[in-house]
Amino acid sequence: MTGFIPRDRRWHPPALTPGYKTSVKRSPSFAPLSFPTSPSEESGPVFRDDMLGPQDGDLIHNFAKPGESAVGPRIIVHGRVLDECGRPVPNTLVEVWQANAGGRYRHKKESYLAPLDPNFGGCGRVVTDEHGFYEFRTIQPGPYPWPNTMADWRPAHIHFSVFGHSFAQRLITQMYFEGDPLIWKCPIVDTIPSRAGIESLVAALDMSRAIPMDSLAYKFDIVLRGRRQTHFENRPEGL
Amino acid sequence: MVQKLDILRESPSQTAGPYVHIGCTPNFSGITGIYPEDLGTRMITGDAAGERITIKGTVHDGAGTALRDALVEVWQADAAGKFAGQGGDAAFTGWGRSAGDMATGEFTFETVKPGAVSWPDGRKQAPHVTFWIVARGINLGLHTRMYFADEDAANAQDPILSRLEHSQRIPTLLAQPEGNGVYRFDIHLQGAQETIFFDI
Ligand SMILES: [Fe+2]
Repeated sequence: MTGFIPRDRRWHPPALTPGYKTSVKRSPSFAPLSFPTSPSEESGPVFRDDMLGPQDGDLIHNFAKPGESAVGPRIIVHGRVLDECGRPVPNTLVEVWQANAGGRYRHKKESYLAPLDPNFGGCGRVVTDEHGFYEFRTIQPGPYPWPNTMADWRPAHIHFSVFGHSFAQRLITQMYFEGDPLIWKCPIVDTIPSRAGIESLVAALDMSRAIPMDSLAYKFDIVLRGRRQTHFENRPEGL
Repeated sequence: MVQKLDILRESPSQTAGPYVHIGCTPNFSGITGIYPEDLGTRMITGDAAGERITIKGTVHDGAGTALRDALVEVWQADAAGKFAGQGGDAAFTGWGRSAGDMATGEFTFETVKPGAVSWPDGRKQAPHVTFWIVARGINLGLHTRMYFADEDAANAQDPILSRLEHSQRIPTLLAQPEGNGVYRFDIHLQGAQETIFFDI
């Protein structure tokens, strides 16, 4: 075990981002303390793809009544989970959730007036294959207004939860869609310090994977932390 | 110019948002019929060895308000100090996930008391449970560790606890026994009792 490449906290959003108001009272004020990773951080839960149901990766149908399907532009979302060293992350669980085509979540605290789609639940999950590839099918979510200032709208997005193979790799992020002008107006997107960081979360329209007369496709790769590579031992005290 | 490093950038984190429960605990949020049960509901799946314990706690914001929209995950060794997937107890997953109580936000994990895990130099760490907290308003998932207040000797030798600069903050990492195997571990995101979070 050689531990992980340290997380670049200038690349991630800082904890306190006043433009995203909820962060103000939910952000630790002390700096997080660093220590060398141990087996507690280098191991992680193991999920097998045989735990998945046949429709877990098909959000168009997994909540729909028999013979019906969710409303909205049908899309395939595909990509690869890699680590910072460029190695694929196989057999890892990817969970997604999203609003329906009108921008409405199926949640009791949701107050947006757009209607629910009776055939859309809004969650799905897949496990990457042996080369780190994943694919799921859904409808393109709509943008929605949210209470921050009175003028904030979220760009269309899909939430992603990814495990990797170590608890140190655990990551939640969001995927955005190529060409959406709302990306550049969103205070949550704007918590990411750099334009390059934001662009790394924008999925590309991928007509090569579209299904004729059926679905568009978007490609979204996800990069998790990588292990340090060396043949040399850590200093024994590790500090 | 120099050669290019073949290193990719980690995908930047984004907040889990207010609807993380839809994706991670859909049955809890009332979306039933897609998954048979929410992942991480049961950590003990059979006749796992070790002392059965219950971990309870609440996540508080800087105003002292309990979060009811957080998602808390735990990851820990089994009673022998081994992790699932690495020779650990087959009846213990080591991983739990809680959306918290609908009304109070209190999370609960039915688990076993973890054994000691090695440190890179071979020393033993005190028994601990790794916590990961995400919610609306948290931009990057927060890692912390729960230690046991009734493990004085092991805690005093622990490689992390023993080198913390602000030792007066150590109690923020200690779960307090409440009897009958129940331990309370409250998490404070901010304020006078701010929990120690780790950059692991
Ligand atoms: Fe969202």
